Amino acid sequence: MPAFGTGSGAVALRFRYRKRESAMTAVFLGIPTAPRDVGHLRGDQSFPDAARGALRDGQLRANLGHATSTIRAKRARVVGEVPDWAELREAGRAIKAATMARLDEHLIALEEQVTARGGTVHWARDANEANAIVTRLVQATGADEVVKVKSMATQEIGLNEALEAAGITALETDLAELIVQLGDDKPSHILVPAIHKNRSEIREIFARTIPGVDPELTDEPRKLAMAARTHLRERFLRARVAVSGANFAIAETGTLTVVESEGNGRMCLTLPETLITVMGIEKVVPTWRDLEVFLQLLPRSSTGERMNPYTSLWAGVTPGDGPQDFHLVLLDNGRTAVLADEVGREALHCIRCSACLNVCPVYERAGGHAYGSVYPGPIGAVLSPQLTGVEDNASLPYASSLCGACYDVCPVAIDIPSILVHLRAEHVEAQTRTTPEAAAFRALSKVMSSPRLWHLAQRAAGLGRFLARGKPTLPAALPPPASKWTRTRDLPTPPRETFTQAWAREHGR
Amino acid sequence: MTAREEILGRIRTALGPDRAAPAPIARNYRTADDRSAAQLLDVLTDRLEDYKATVLRCAPSEVAQTVASALQATLGEHPEADVVVAPGLPADWRPDGATEDDGRPAVELAGYAATVTGVSVAVAETGTLVLDGSPVCGRRALSLLPDCLVCVVTGDQVVGGVPEGLARLEPLAPLTMISGPSATSDIELQRVEGVHGPRTLLVVLVG
Repeated sequence: MPAFGTGSGAVALRFRYRKRESAMTAVFLGIPTAPRDVGHLRGDQSFPDAARGALRDGQLRANLGHATSTIRAKRARVVGEVPDWAELREAGRAIKAATMARLDEHLIALEEQVTARGGTVHWARDANEANAIVTRLVQATGADEVVKVKSMATQEIGLNEALEAAGITALETDLAELIVQLGDDKPSHILVPAIHKNRSEIREIFARTIPGVDPELTDEPRKLAMAARTHLRERFLRARVAVSGANFAIAETGTLTVVESEGNGRMCLTLPETLITVMGIEKVVPTWRDLEVFLQLLPRSSTGERMNPYTSLWAGVTPGDGPQDFHLVLLDNGRTAVLADEVGREALHCIRCSACLNVCPVYERAGGHAYGSVYPGPIGAVLSPQLTGVEDNASLPYASSLCGACYDVCPVAIDIPSILVHLRAEHVEAQTRTTPEAAAFRALSKVMSSPRLWHLAQRAAGLGRFLARGKPTLPAALPPPASKWTRTRDLPTPPRETFTQAWAREHGR
Repeated sequence: MTAREEILGRIRTALGPDRAAPAPIARNYRTADDRSAAQLLDVLTDRLEDYKATVLRCAPSEVAQTVASALQATLGEHPEADVVVAPGLPADWRPDGATEDDGRPAVELAGYAATVTGVSVAVAETGTLVLDGSPVCGRRALSLLPDCLVCVVTGDQVVGGVPEGLARLEPLAPLTMISGPSATSDIELQRVEGVHGPRTLLVVLVG
């Protein structure tokens, strides 16, 4: 049987909606979240405000609809052909859970192994510290340009801006990152940061920004890829320093892994003299064997391929092959605060495949920019608020219809809907002033606890039938503050007769 | 307090004092393959071709000849010295007049039209070739810079799935897993072959 399917009517029953441990929060324990003054985890607008603009952009919606439906079909096909997908998924989940339970020990082992193989390990409490470490390492080489492999961690901490402030040019080499960088744009997807651009928009960016580009350049994807190859070839060959992220780091061997497609990653990981890898602390996995699970789960979930074109693995420094100076920067930046939340910590299991973005009806319509963070979509809605503290991204846990499609496709079975509900509860509990919604529900709770009040209320609700004028739902244009609720939700017209009334009529009591 | 101590301290605080032993990992997925060697070669061929790689099958005595004709078909008439081979490539696999990689600078390596290497392991189900930096595979830049890559795979190197493949590898070696030519899905999530790595992948399957 296929491991997943989406859209089953019983979906809501499948979440675990776990009870939260109210005492054990990161705030309570004094573990800092990601700092406010740096990086890209917070937007300028709340999600509904940002999404409103995005929804009016017909081109954006067309681009997203086209791209996400393409990838959904590809993923479903290659996942469907794996007979043991459910077992792999369960193993992936279990490995991640076991890793988090002993995260300190695995990081110490990783440090020891990387160091033993000629690498240098640095620890960064937050984005500012990581940026300072990388800047210092680049400066020590005397280079004023670095080539970069696509990396979510360095996007998160705003490394490019920090390097620029120090007079160092950071050149993105992944095709989509290059499109975003040349277009002076922001990434909108974990895997395909330029998903919001179509081929003709990309052609326009290349024609405008790449010096000496063929003026006859067409919008054929192959031609565009060739333009990027020509543009970057000479830069790879002259680069002295590369900066990368890591998909996995194996504690017992010190092996780092980068999974990619284009070969830009291999160029960066192989040609320069110095390699600096910035990795979130949650990316460690305990054993070499664990890779056999993730290297099956990730490519199929991510680009919908049986295997991605290139995966590079290296342990420290190899004489005569690749960079001779290797640095690993281990980044916290709020991750330990996420770890402190027993429900929310599952968000750290994410392997950044982006399958949840591609199936999400909210992401498909609003697009990645509306989330305000480098981590958009369902996983972003649970990760970003936890990294920053929920009050700094308070609208994100609500950026979901809780349909559960994200949970179904997640290759490591992160129960995103439960974490969303958990974070909503955290946000509500943090409110010091009573909102109209809270007041309404408090009143409702009182009414529903009393049979007498409930009967009265039901009778009163029957009056709502006048407002409905025979339609199955009440009009959206109720006066404020009720309009805030009804604008985005259908309120069913009260029935002519309630169940208890019908029962009394038929059974005479 | 150093950053290291502080981060480790935060992790310990976050996890709390009473840490239960993590549950054992149930590895109930497939770790072996009962298909015959001939079937695995067919699967490997199918998967490689699906990625737009070209697969040529030959007998052990025909490797050099098959490599040479594949290069001829791809590059057309070319100077023999335009082909660079891994230093440990067996003599009877090498096309006539090929240059042996001697660790020359990347800029020079990039000037060659094609590379010929062996592999360490091939995974049939995913169409993956793994190069491990050993003399027969060469250093990583060798299989990256020239635009055409020829990999010679022997039947005994082919395994069914990813777990069997990884079990045969040395985790400390610089490993490159190659599944088809360089590609991208970055424009409208449509796969296009050929970006920064070799745009042509020729696989010679021996046996």
